[in-house]
Amino acid sequence: MTHAATVHSLWTTAAAAPDKIPSPDIEYGQLSPTLIVLGAAIVGVLIEALLPRRQRYVAQVFVSVVALAAAFAAVIGLAAGDYGTSKAHVAAMGAIAVDGPALFLQGTILLVALVAVFTFAERRLDPLVHGNRVDSFAAQAAAVPGGDAEKAAVKAGFTTTEVFPLVLFAVGGMLVFPSANDLLTLFVALEVFSLPLYVLCALARRHRALSQEAAVKYFLLGAFSSAFLLFGIALLYGYAGTVTYSGIADVVDGQVRNVTPALAGTMGNDALLLIGGAMVLMGLLFKIGAVPFHMWTPDVYQGAPTPVTGFMAAATKVAAFGALLRLLYVVLPGLRWDWRPVMWGVAIVTMLGGAIVAVTQTDVKRLLAYSSIAHAGFILAGVIATTPDGVSSVLFYLAAYSFVTLGAFAVVTLVRDAGGEATHLSKWAGLGRRSPLVAAVFAVFLLAFAGIPLTSGFAGKFAVFKAAADGGAGALVVIGVISSAIAAFFYIRVIVLMFFSEPRTDGPSVAVPSPLTSSAIAIGVAVTLVLGVAPQYFLDLASQAGVFVR
Amino acid sequence: MSFPLLTATAVAPALGAVVTAAVPAAQRAAAKWVALGFSLLTLALAAVVLVRFDPGGARFQLTESHAWIKDFGVRYELGVDGIAVALIALTAVLIPFIILAGWHDADPLEGARPNSRWRPTQGFFALILMVEAMVVISFEATDVFLFYIFFEAMLIPMYFLIGGFGDRAGGRSEEETATQRSYAAVKFLLYNLAGGLIMLAAVVGLYAVTADELGTGTFSLQEIVQARAGGHLDMASSTERLLFLGFFFAFAVKAPLWPLHTWLPNAMGEATAPVAVLITAVVDKVGTFAMLRFCLQLFPEASKWATPAIMILALISIIYGALLAIGQRDIKRLIAYASISHFGFIILGIFAMTTQGQGGATLYMVNHGVSTAALMLVAGFLITRRGSRLIEDYGGVQKVAPVLAGTFLIGGLATLSLPGLAPFVSEFLVLVGTFSRYPAFGVIATVGIVLAALYVLILYQRTMTGPVKAEVRSMPDLRVRELVVVAPLIALLIFLGVYPKPLADIVNPAVDHTMSVVDKKDPRPDHPVTDAGWFTYSPKSDGASHDGASGGAK
Repeated sequence: MTHAATVHSLWTTAAAAPDKIPSPDIEYGQLSPTLIVLGAAIVGVLIEALLPRRQRYVAQVFVSVVALAAAFAAVIGLAAGDYGTSKAHVAAMGAIAVDGPALFLQGTILLVALVAVFTFAERRLDPLVHGNRVDSFAAQAAAVPGGDAEKAAVKAGFTTTEVFPLVLFAVGGMLVFPSANDLLTLFVALEVFSLPLYVLCALARRHRALSQEAAVKYFLLGAFSSAFLLFGIALLYGYAGTVTYSGIADVVDGQVRNVTPALAGTMGNDALLLIGGAMVLMGLLFKIGAVPFHMWTPDVYQGAPTPVTGFMAAATKVAAFGALLRLLYVVLPGLRWDWRPVMWGVAIVTMLGGAIVAVTQTDVKRLLAYSSIAHAGFILAGVIATTPDGVSSVLFYLAAYSFVTLGAFAVVTLVRDAGGEATHLSKWAGLGRRSPLVAAVFAVFLLAFAGIPLTSGFAGKFAVFKAAADGGAGALVVIGVISSAIAAFFYIRVIVLMFFSEPRTDGPSVAVPSPLTSSAIAIGVAVTLVLGVAPQYFLDLASQAGVFVR
Repeated sequence: MSFPLLTATAVAPALGAVVTAAVPAAQRAAAKWVALGFSLLTLALAAVVLVRFDPGGARFQLTESHAWIKDFGVRYELGVDGIAVALIALTAVLIPFIILAGWHDADPLEGARPNSRWRPTQGFFALILMVEAMVVISFEATDVFLFYIFFEAMLIPMYFLIGGFGDRAGGRSEEETATQRSYAAVKFLLYNLAGGLIMLAAVVGLYAVTADELGTGTFSLQEIVQARAGGHLDMASSTERLLFLGFFFAFAVKAPLWPLHTWLPNAMGEATAPVAVLITAVVDKVGTFAMLRFCLQLFPEASKWATPAIMILALISIIYGALLAIGQRDIKRLIAYASISHFGFIILGIFAMTTQGQGGATLYMVNHGVSTAALMLVAGFLITRRGSRLIEDYGGVQKVAPVLAGTFLIGGLATLSLPGLAPFVSEFLVLVGTFSRYPAFGVIATVGIVLAALYVLILYQRTMTGPVKAEVRSMPDLRVRELVVVAPLIALLIFLGVYPKPLADIVNPAVDHTMSVVDKKDPRPDHPVTDAGWFTYSPKSDGASHDGASGGAK
């Protein structure tokens, strides 16, 4: 009887609920960047289903480029309409924030994705296969590596044009991730951009087993970190009785107490807050690739098709840092004395760990992976500043870093031997003599990674270090420059190898790319130099964009 | 708006670098002439700077100031004082000679790779001009950040000059030469980059301090010096010392000061002679110059605090460099160690904190540039002829190539500071300046001169005198191009040796100013009878310097 009564009471409370659900009010205009990209992704799926195979490539590239450009235009439009500053607010029933950091990061992600699509669409690097031009992706993803089905697919000249809608879905998720204003949206966005990336990682045309291994690793560890994130979200809900950022922040600040009778026992329990906050942070730090959650980075960077690596390294970092910033600055500012020491530790081991381990690497892609870890550490130094300067410096660094990364990986796709890309460093010996231009361009990217003045890397590094010093993290700056010095060693080692070593007779050749990859690399170089020499305009943009809405 | 003369002086070589690099591969002879033309244009502009500069005028002249990166408080601020003018002139004078001396340095690389894009000659001269542009702008910058950028950026072209165009002499296998060369280039880069990055931390720290104290962060040297003088900018002495050390470390690597000097012998040994001159006579001067301009003026208190330790390091440099020079078997490494010894003198003079000492140090920077250039370039001609850098491979050269031997001797005598040649004046002033405040240090430093005589004369004796070795018998004497390089340098050495007044007149007011910022006065002479300054120049603070209030050891 008691049992039935419980059910009954539960049923009645639930039945009363419909009155409380307000009619949704969605600001479609302000969500247009995301909607355009996701819509185009669905169009892409339809193209795969309906168009003949021969026409898909052109249609997909066209749709992707147009969609990304249109979404970028929408972001510009919103920014021009002051949605980044005075009209910043929370849209879509409190799920999405439309504010400066969100728009800045969305713009960056869209540009990065646009340039990345150029490298995805490249079809001149690999030699013709049975008379067909092929790209970096497997002929048929479902075919077993080395099996009959694969041979048949290759012979038929199949290509995986699905990569374009996959990229668009990933971009859609990344656009939401830094602007998510409640923890559930955050989680959904995370999954929306992670799942396509897992698939993309598995699609390499060459070394397919390695590529699939990378994808499995990424997927397993990614699922693991998603679980952490989700568990953290549950604990935070238990603590605050809400998943919206502003709601949690109010409870953290002590402005709201015990509003939800059902949670009276747990609300305001600091243990829940600390454990939950830590777990959510873990989930985000995994995506950033910060030590000790970096284990996946080198394997995945190495195994994934290089265009995917470039896209992932640049765009994921932007999106994940955006989400981290919002979480720390909007949800947990009241907890800053608790999370700052932890983040200090994470930043220090990330900077030093990435730089030191990178010294021993012998593969270009793994080297860049560890360098990306070290860079995550530098950016964390800016995050820790907890000043408005900290936000804008991180935004600037992300924009600068992502184009250098894209460019560097695009160059990696050019250096080839019979087995595809020649990523082992010993094969790069003497590249500067063989193809001075390519080597010089790669040297520019390496110097930018190393933070040599007059490149964007220096301006970015200076911005975050300045913010960190202002925010009272002088020790971090010192450790930052020490790890920069260590990092400089291996960047320079690659330059030495390219310019001062004798070329090997069996060394790789540099493929002549189509205008697609060429323009991707050219954009990378141009952004690197412009942000290095005249960063003021972009710094202004970043500092105007540096205020979160709550 | 007046003509931006200082910018033009820096842009001319940069433009030259671009144009030189753009010359088609087939026209490599034209590339050399283009590079020489642009270096002469720079020289002309530097001459205009020298003429327009009024030694008695304002502290910084020909100033330019534009907003650059507002967020970092960085301005594009240029201005020159006497010290900077002298060093810009030195740079502009030396580069055409370096280009002429290196006329054929890149030739062995030509034709090695049949590739239409492979243009070593263009690259070599473009890189030299690039270095010149960056050095000139670092002498001109009065904004710490602007200075830092070019101080760091000049490492990159330097690195390629050392690593890409090494000396092929030495009787080693091609592979071993390549290994040694890239080792030297990497060592150069890592030492200097490490120094630079530590300085970056200090630069960031300086910004944080000024932002805290002045409201807005600034890197402007003048603004900071004024704020400190006016008492608006208080630095805790521990902060100031840390920042000072950050800056000084970078400059000490560059200068180079013992024990951070070990990159120099490698770099100078493996680079071709003209590039070695570029390193020691031009690029390294930025380090000592920056000590005077930035370390002393931004952090006067910390400079005084650190003086004893730095003086001791400088003394060690002087003696250690000279002793190791005596023991060298390789001509270029010998000159490198001699340079370390001389940089010890320069730093000793700077931190003696007397007008003679600092004036002498500044003159020394110029004179060391000219004398080392003369010695090293002739040594380079010698080495190219024989194909060996080892002293033991030579002997009796003066009988075969008397002009070469004669110019080598003059370069050597200048290096050992023979009276009548330019370095003597500056070395003497440094010693006098040191002695008047730190007699013991002055006495020890004098030992360095004796050792200098040893290493130079032993070098000359072993290579030029004695029985003529078989390998040098057919050695040709200096050619016209080589004479054109050496003769003006020697003329300059003699001119500045007997009549240093024009240079001293330009330098001294700037030195006085630095001294006043550091708040140091010359100690009272023990016998103040005939000492009326030097070379008819009398410092403005002459009366004050004799009141004895701040005499003594510090």
